[in-house]
Amino acid sequence: MRLGCGVFAASCVAIEVLGVAIFLRGFFPASVRSSSPTGHQAEPPAPEPLAGASSNWTKLPLPLFSKAVIVLIDALRDDFVFGSKGARYMPFTTYLMGKGPSHSFVAEAKPPTVTMPRIKALMTGSLPGFVDIIRNLNSPALQEDNVIRQAKAAGKRMIFYGDETWVKLFPKHFVEYDGTTSFFVSDYTEVDSNVTRHLEKVLKRGDWDMLILHYLGLDHIGHVSGPDSPLIGYKLREMDGILMKIYTALLTKEKETLSPSLLVLCGDHGMSETGSHGAASAEEVRTPLVLVSSAFERKPGDIRHPTQVQQTDLAATLAIGLGLPIPKDSIGSLLFPVVERRPMREQLRFLHLNGVQLSRLLQENVPAYEKDPGFEQFVMAERLHGNWVKLHLEEDHSGALLNLGTKVARQYLSALKTLSLALSMHVAQYDIYSMAVGTIIVLEALTLLLLSTPQVLHRRAELEVPLSPPMFSLLFYLMFLVLSAIHVVVCTSAESSCYFCSLPWLAAGGVMVLVSALLCVIASALARMVMDSTLLQKSTTHPCSGWSEVGLLLLLGTVGHVLSLGASSFVEEEHQTWYFLVNTLCLALSQETCRSYFLGDNKELPHCFHTEPASVGAICMQQDHIACEAPKGGQADKGPCPSGARRGHVRWAVLAGPWLVLACCRLLRSLNHTGVQGAHRPDLGHWLTSASHKMELSCLAALSLLVIFMLAQRGCSLVSKVALALGLVGVFCYRVAIGNLLFPWQLTNRGISKGILEARFVYVFVLGILFTGTKDLLKSQVIVADFKVKTVALWELYSGLVLLAALLLRPHNLPVLAFSLLIQTIMTKFIWKPLRHDVAEITVMHYWFGQAFFYFQGNSNNIATIDISAGFVGLDTYMEIPATFLTVFGTYVGPVLWAGHLAHFLSAEASSYSDSAMSRACFCYALICSVPVATYIVLVTSLRYHLFIWSVFSPKLLYEGMHLLITAALCVLFTATSQTGHTRAWVKTGARNQ
Amino acid sequence: MKETDIKTLLYAHFLCIFSVILSVLLPSFFLENFSILDTHLTWLCICSLFVISINLVLYLVPKPNTSSKRSSLSHKVTRFLKCCIYFLVSCFSLHVVFVLYGAPLVELVLETFLFAVILSTFTTVPCLCLLGPNLKAWLRVFSKNGVTSIWENSLQITTISSFVGAWLGAFPIPLDWERPWQVWPISCTLGATFGYVAGLVISPLWIYWNRKQLTYKNN
Repeated sequence: MRLGCGVFAASCVAIEVLGVAIFLRGFFPASVRSSSPTGHQAEPPAPEPLAGASSNWTKLPLPLFSKAVIVLIDALRDDFVFGSKGARYMPFTTYLMGKGPSHSFVAEAKPPTVTMPRIKALMTGSLPGFVDIIRNLNSPALQEDNVIRQAKAAGKRMIFYGDETWVKLFPKHFVEYDGTTSFFVSDYTEVDSNVTRHLEKVLKRGDWDMLILHYLGLDHIGHVSGPDSPLIGYKLREMDGILMKIYTALLTKEKETLSPSLLVLCGDHGMSETGSHGAASAEEVRTPLVLVSSAFERKPGDIRHPTQVQQTDLAATLAIGLGLPIPKDSIGSLLFPVVERRPMREQLRFLHLNGVQLSRLLQENVPAYEKDPGFEQFVMAERLHGNWVKLHLEEDHSGALLNLGTKVARQYLSALKTLSLALSMHVAQYDIYSMAVGTIIVLEALTLLLLSTPQVLHRRAELEVPLSPPMFSLLFYLMFLVLSAIHVVVCTSAESSCYFCSLPWLAAGGVMVLVSALLCVIASALARMVMDSTLLQKSTTHPCSGWSEVGLLLLLGTVGHVLSLGASSFVEEEHQTWYFLVNTLCLALSQETCRSYFLGDNKELPHCFHTEPASVGAICMQQDHIACEAPKGGQADKGPCPSGARRGHVRWAVLAGPWLVLACCRLLRSLNHTGVQGAHRPDLGHWLTSASHKMELSCLAALSLLVIFMLAQRGCSLVSKVALALGLVGVFCYRVAIGNLLFPWQLTNRGISKGILEARFVYVFVLGILFTGTKDLLKSQVIVADFKVKTVALWELYSGLVLLAALLLRPHNLPVLAFSLLIQTIMTKFIWKPLRHDVAEITVMHYWFGQAFFYFQGNSNNIATIDISAGFVGLDTYMEIPATFLTVFGTYVGPVLWAGHLAHFLSAEASSYSDSAMSRACFCYALICSVPVATYIVLVTSLRYHLFIWSVFSPKLLYEGMHLLITAALCVLFTATSQTGHTRAWVKTGARNQ
Repeated sequence: MKETDIKTLLYAHFLCIFSVILSVLLPSFFLENFSILDTHLTWLCICSLFVISINLVLYLVPKPNTSSKRSSLSHKVTRFLKCCIYFLVSCFSLHVVFVLYGAPLVELVLETFLFAVILSTFTTVPCLCLLGPNLKAWLRVFSKNGVTSIWENSLQITTISSFVGAWLGAFPIPLDWERPWQVWPISCTLGATFGYVAGLVISPLWIYWNRKQLTYKNN
């Protein structure tokens, strides 16, 4: 079967996407889970141990607190409460912590530090898996056992106000609720007043047992203006007032009922120095946890160093405090200070309950649980406890007994700590089988691509894909049988859950067929290659005289980058790799321009980029290395060597071109410092976004928009030019409306709106330009056989994307877009056109620049740097599909725009490249993108027990998967644009034949 | 003829390597607390001085290039001045390149500049000694098939290997090993030095190995 290489590449990448999806499903494991189903009524609580007899205290102990209020402030970092900011802005809370009846802790959140997994951790006490990040935007109901469910089962009445995520996680659990949506990052007053407005009424009423408040404003302020913004102070003061209100209300209620109540102040995650969250830095992980209750002891001493605990400990503590069973999957241990003032017997009973729950969880998840030190300690503590109870029941309460009790409690506490640590360390096993299947698919597709590379590099437009013979070969059926047998064996014997086994048989069978078919295709392709090479070796050596320096650099750079992915620091600092490579590329290009313009005006135009490969190849075949220069010399006359005065001008421009690009790159590099080591250093972006430099930012944004217009309008039709201009004006208006920029005639701050109208105004133009472009493209492919129409159409599509990017990028990133266009222009005019690089080289250069611009924009391999605000531009409410699309586009602006430019460039230069240039470029693009993904999958599999697997390698894996998906989409589009050209040529030849 | 040439080349290169080693060992007898890492800038200055002086000595003694023998004093002086200017220009332009590569613009200026100095010592100074201030000749030597003697061939190899060494030296900087030699520009200067020494060692061997294939056009 013959396939165009574009189609071939696109299908290979599509197969790879499937493989990566299966791999990802297997890689992100489920968390530690209790195997008993959570649905039906739990078994009775463990009775109190008693040596030699059974205790009659089998019921759960009574609740310690009659009411509980949980105030969860999103992104509350520990120093906002315990640090200098806390002392300044939260005087009441500071007073409570210092002199009031309270216990304060620093609760450590585990990454991913994103709201939904943190809520789950707080309420279930378990550690949600990393993949919860992806589900963060549409959270389904929580299935696992949790405090809220237990409270509902116990008949408690709960009220919730705040982040809507809770309502989705716990549907029908609250008797009263009001969810606020968390997706308007620029709104930080209304979200919170929507919560607070209910407070007065509810506190007065008192017909509830548990009140949960989730305040989002602080997080929004952090996202918009960072942790040092003056707004933070106002917000903290507001929160302090709310806490005071709740506390006084609780106190007055307590006077009536005489039973103590509990006030919990906590944060779900912290806030990094840039104001976002998601990763594992100390600022993001450390959150305050303050428990206030009149049941606690008043400590006169000022506590400056709260003890460090785990966030998961809250679930167990809450359950104990409210007299509920501890959630089954909880890996937290009881916060002992909370029960410190209870009688010794009760204290021990609480600890015992917690220990029984943890050891049961350990038994269900670890086969060799008996050897676990925590379990051993627990068994010992239980025995001591039994003895203690026996003594306690026999004799009166003496000091010795109290001492013994304290000793037992200490033993329990250390057992709990060890158990909890062991459980949190025990990450559920990876689903190796699914991972292996995914890896095999990806590697097979990559091998196919690699095997056909030589053909494509020899400028063959169509590839011979031996598809039909292997389908009927014995090998195929054998492979299929073997794979099915393996599947059955693995799935029947596996103890842990396996995603691939849980698929329906038909789907699994389809994947088997795919795997074995790919294997057969590879085998036959290999066999044919061996035969071809023996044939070729007789007739010829290499047709082209080796690699050029730039080609060699491109190859080595790509290989080096791929290898660097194995080191965590290089993954964290990947932007450095790309900047380094792009700089080196520019220097190599500058060397090439120097050589071609100083040395070889008529002697040697660089390298063998011929339009008639066959003839030159034939000459090269016969002659040796040096003689191969001759045809190149001949080519120089044909090449664009402008004469006279213009020639000198162009010459200097060509010489200066790479240096200009280098200078642009250096400027962009200091715009956004990204990565781990450089992120905290001051950069231009921070300087521009600070509130006092709004004027400068406005000027810069206006200038960039102007440059964008100048550069993007060149290739457009008149209508699109006008649309583009209006659209760019609309972008500026949008940014003014949401308060990022200023009009020169309105220097005072106006009211801030969501800018929906302005954004939609821009969307209209984006869609208009894209529509015209698509229409022209279709016309050029179906009716007119004209490359000019197609070029204009492609440029219009490209400029539509540029306009969309200008809308989505933050204003301080608009220069990135402007420089991207500028560099593209410089490279096209002064480097690619005069030096006439090969299609493959041009594709790889576009890919490199696309990657570099991904990081120039401020992205990194860290989830926290994704700018989710791009997903809410011009949307009234949160809509999942457009928001996802916009966020993805906003993140991958660099690679997408450079790929778009590649398509336009090849179409514009169609005269100097062969007809198949586009599909060959598509092939090269697919190859260059899938090599890192495939290698990274293998690397991650071998590094899966690395210390940084969750904080460094997993986010990168998600980024790579997303990048591959985008590549697949781009390849499909590439193929679509080049495809009809083929059919037309084909039709033409068909007509000629007739 | 060729064998003796290669031998001279080998000795000359040994002298250069010796000067680099000397620059590491000798100062510790005169200066207290001298070590490559702690007093890196001092070492850079000393090393570049040593290498320059050895190169000058080599230039004055064996005279590999016989063309510019007979010339007047004024011509020699202008030539010398021109060489100095070229050297300075190469230092500054390398500095610019480093900044473009991401070296900090304001902080660590001295460090960056001394790195530029040592790299031009390893690359520009031998070029100046061998080819003189003649840009055309430089371009010829550093293009394909432009070499006309084993001296130029070895020059090509050492220069390229110094650059590659400096380039590779930047790789460890982002790693989180927290070693003292990872600080900018120490790893790069060390890389350049290693590259230079490696080039000095490799080039005679490579020329000796390929002496049959190497044919030089004498133009």
